[in-house]
Amino acid sequence: MTLVVNGKQTNITDGLTISELLVEENVKMPQMVSVELNGQILKRSEFDRTVLKDDDKVEFLYFMGGGNGAD
Amino acid sequence: MVLTEQQMERYSRHIILEQVGGAGQEKLLASKVLIVGAGGLGAPAAVYLAAAGVGTIGIVDGDKVDLSNLQRQIIHHTPDVGKDKVLSAQNKMRAINPDTKVITYNRRITAQNVRDIIRGYDFVIDGTDNFPAKFLINDACYFEKIPFSHAGILQFDGQLITVLPGRTTCYRCIFSAPPPANVVPSCSQAGVLGVLAGVIGSLQATEAIKSLLGIGELLTSTLLTYNALTMEFRKVRLSRNPDCPLCGRKPRITELKDEEQIVCDLKNCKC
Repeated sequence: MTLVVNGKQTNITDGLTISELLVEENVKMPQMVSVELNGQILKRSEFDRTVLKDDDKVEFLYFMGGGNGAD
Repeated sequence: MVLTEQQMERYSRHIILEQVGGAGQEKLLASKVLIVGAGGLGAPAAVYLAAAGVGTIGIVDGDKVDLSNLQRQIIHHTPDVGKDKVLSAQNKMRAINPDTKVITYNRRITAQNVRDIIRGYDFVIDGTDNFPAKFLINDACYFEKIPFSHAGILQFDGQLITVLPGRTTCYRCIFSAPPPANVVPSCSQAGVLGVLAGVIGSLQATEAIKSLLGIGELLTSTLLTYNALTMEFRKVRLSRNPDCPLCGRKPRITELKDEEQIVCDLKNCKC
């Protein structure tokens, strides 16, 4: 099925959960990612039980520090 | 406030803009912006806001200028290595524009001092490098009801969002708490393209000026992401989160506290 992941059309295996999509999309540090599904931020506890549907819009949002001196 | 002849000339390119004009320039001169962090993001923001004639700029940083800062922190110059960052930044801002009063805070923000520091400012720019500080700014601005610009940069990626506390999506709506220890790559380990800080810090300054003047559309409830390698800007709409621990329906955070400082030590780092 086809999803939109961070704005790009992406073909994935049917019936994946959010957690499985993070693996399939090669997200190396899932702890660093918040996930928005169709405009709503998902709780981390929902990653395992949320099954994706065709045409879902998923945004991976990354923690980003940086900007100052020591970092 | 009436603009002097010199000010009319200095700010002529602003004054000629319909959305700014003489009245807008006077508004900027009467405005107060706080920049937390005199580093990669804070440096361009401070330079542009001083040049723009923001009347009062507060700058918070407890560090000294290091040689490795100069690749991106353009407010600090080679002779400044070893000096307090806030004093180095103050000198440059004064040289750019004597109209700007610069208030220095030579310290790190903590749960104890942050509300007193930010109180009275019209806009806050988060140019910090660590997650506890970013959460602290988000929470303190919420309690003090001060609009602010959040940003982060890493390697070739940057992102920012403007928050009108209690009205638009906040940092905790997106990330409820700092990430667990030892998973966060930092710029010192992962690197950062120097000019990226300039791009994102300048965008933060743009948001500050728009907010002060009340013009245009602020980058609220929208995360702007930028990748320097692909030159791709993306706006990601982010609704307020009803489960946000700070500004949601049932807030769990009712006072400020310091989040644990996450240090990504090289030994355990997964980055």
